[in-house]
Amino acid sequence: MNTLAAGDLSAFVGDTPDGGGRIELLVRGARCAGCLGKIERGVKAVAGVDEARLNLTTGKLTVQCADRRRADPARVIAAVQAAGYAAVLFDPKAALAQSDREGRELIMALGVAGFGAANAMMFTVPVWAGLFGQELGPGARTLMYWLSALVATPCALYAAQPFFRSAWASVRRGRANMDVPISIGVLLTLAVSFSETLQHGPHAYFDAAVTLLFLLLIGRYLDHRLRLKAQGAARDLLTIQAPVALRLDDHGGEHLTPAAQIVPGDRLAVMAGDRIPVDAVVLDGRCDLDNALISGESASVSVGPGDKVHAGALSLNGRLVLRALARSEDSTVAAIARLMEIGAQSRSAYVRLADKAAAVYVPVVHTLALAAFAGGWALGLSPREALLRAAAVLIVTCPCALGLAVPAVQITASGLLFRKGVLVKSGAALERLAEIDHVVLDKTGVITEGRPRLTGGHDDLLPLAAALARASNHPLARALAEAAGPGPTAAEAIETPGMGVEGLIDGQPSRIGRAAFVGGGAVPGDGAELWFVRGQAAPVRFTFADALRPEAAAVVRTFKARGLGVEILSGDVEAETARAAQAVGVESWRFGLTPQDKAAAVDALKARGLKVLMIGDGLNDAAALAKAHASMAPGSAVEASQNAADLVFCTGDLAAAPQAFDLARQARSRALENFGFSALYNLIAAPAAMFGLINPFIAAIAMSGSSLVVMLNALRLAWRGGTRP
Amino acid sequence: MTIILVLIPIALAMGLIGLIAFWWTLRSGQYEDPAGDAARILMDDDDRPG
Repeated sequence: MNTLAAGDLSAFVGDTPDGGGRIELLVRGARCAGCLGKIERGVKAVAGVDEARLNLTTGKLTVQCADRRRADPARVIAAVQAAGYAAVLFDPKAALAQSDREGRELIMALGVAGFGAANAMMFTVPVWAGLFGQELGPGARTLMYWLSALVATPCALYAAQPFFRSAWASVRRGRANMDVPISIGVLLTLAVSFSETLQHGPHAYFDAAVTLLFLLLIGRYLDHRLRLKAQGAARDLLTIQAPVALRLDDHGGEHLTPAAQIVPGDRLAVMAGDRIPVDAVVLDGRCDLDNALISGESASVSVGPGDKVHAGALSLNGRLVLRALARSEDSTVAAIARLMEIGAQSRSAYVRLADKAAAVYVPVVHTLALAAFAGGWALGLSPREALLRAAAVLIVTCPCALGLAVPAVQITASGLLFRKGVLVKSGAALERLAEIDHVVLDKTGVITEGRPRLTGGHDDLLPLAAALARASNHPLARALAEAAGPGPTAAEAIETPGMGVEGLIDGQPSRIGRAAFVGGGAVPGDGAELWFVRGQAAPVRFTFADALRPEAAAVVRTFKARGLGVEILSGDVEAETARAAQAVGVESWRFGLTPQDKAAAVDALKARGLKVLMIGDGLNDAAALAKAHASMAPGSAVEASQNAADLVFCTGDLAAAPQAFDLARQARSRALENFGFSALYNLIAAPAAMFGLINPFIAAIAMSGSSLVVMLNALRLAWRGGTRP
Repeated sequence: MTIILVLIPIALAMGLIGLIAFWWTLRSGQYEDPAGDAARILMDDDDRPG
């Protein structure tokens, strides 16, 4: 983040209602009261800052300044850094959008339902006691029911709002999700209970209606928390690589600007270590660009004035001045973004497990209820008695267990995965992951580490070459320095971007870099290489290759052992791809693919009826990630790929992929078991209700009992850890 | 049995007070930063929640 030191950051100051300025930052590494106090005191001491508050849960630091013009983000960042923590600016517009309204509504509904359930129960427990022969006259019973109705009805109507809304939206689209029977059940239960109470009958279910909602809301809230946590974590990851650009004005001043505000014709500066924000042409400067995230090529490219550069490329050394050719949303990513959109559309057609269950459950239960009413009436019951039977069917076969079956399992599974460093974007993602039967891997950054490692050279010259290499940010130089371990840096080292480094070692002028820069070049080489020369000695050559991830071969073996097909789709050249495929034991591989080729390859696999898991990190993988049945990206992947992927693993360990797959399969077994249990329960409860064997007490016990069993079954996932199903 | 005419309103009122208190905690943002609130109790110069 070396650009943060320079330029004008005023684009990052938001407005407060009273005319002041507000700056929002993401602070990383703060964990305890000590960190909190140190950061807040440090920031408050900055001139112009009136108030600083750090949210330790989310890591968001909000800084208020009474005078907007005195708000200086650069000084705030410096203060946080001085306290020993890393800070990144939030885009004010993006930050303001973060308020969790839905979660607050759900938790309030949960609170109301809890209050209603407990207090309605207070009046129904005496009635239940009356069912077992204790003395409770019809008059006292009716009084209890009226009091119960007084508490339960408003609570139930309030707490059921989320279900009513969802059910209505679903019915309007001509479908019936699980919320339709829930809504009908709640309304019918209340209506029948009122009619019973009016006629002084014994069967009123006010407490059941509100308890049902309480249990269901727990499941709903868990589901919401899961999504929120995943979104928050994904957002934090993206903020770290916030797309900002350094824009130059006519007088040579530098302004830090959100990349979305760049227009064609703007002059931009890109420092070593920064990504190119938009498609542009180089005006001035010379450097090596790392295109690995765009094209998957592992070798860097040297560019100079007049060359076109693509958004997302990483400048390795040297400063470039660019003229923007496109806006951020029209840059290289645009074509890929369109493909991603198509992929996302095909995915939204995916029917979730719970909705599949609802599609079976809803008609069956409603038919049964209708049969109970019609049959009872035909067999000589009074219409009132028959309607009561029908209502009992709807209440006792309540979709409680069904409503909890999937969220309870998914929250447990995602919790386990979070602890292993894997973010799950949604419950549907886990369901899709469990269904896959074919794995497609990207090469660069997935099978390999995406950065070069020293493979050949002269061991005795390595410490000397490393002394020069430490002066450079070039990936090859860094790989060399890493291989040599810690040591001194050469004196008077000067880097010529795109060529190499020159400096003094033991007083002798030395050079490291390209063959042409050093004077070597007789050896024909295909891979990455650095040449080194000291004094009058002959130049020597160091060779590099993109190292395989140590766990890659084991991961491929694990996938194969699970009976999945494994395939590599790479944008890199044939030799590199073949070498990597052979090393990890994959027979099926393709090379030199464009982003469109990759997406088409995934489509072709889908057309053969395969359900594909795509694992990729580059921009060239984003479209394929979006099109695949399920997708994963490492935490080091580009923004677009992380957005497109269902799961993001932040540990940098590819072994997370088979682990997540195993857990997803286990989660699916648990969910199916839960459905099986619910079906079994309904198979007993529905006939019992049809023959009039259910009273309000049995209904309440059966309902909470079945929910409890479903919850406990979901928790088995956590007890078993991450073993195979 | 007339005692229940007194006890029932008391029981309901106590439940309602709990519900209103819960609503207030929610509105005043007391669940926004559980980790931070746990830490702030240890700080001498911080005298307000939230």
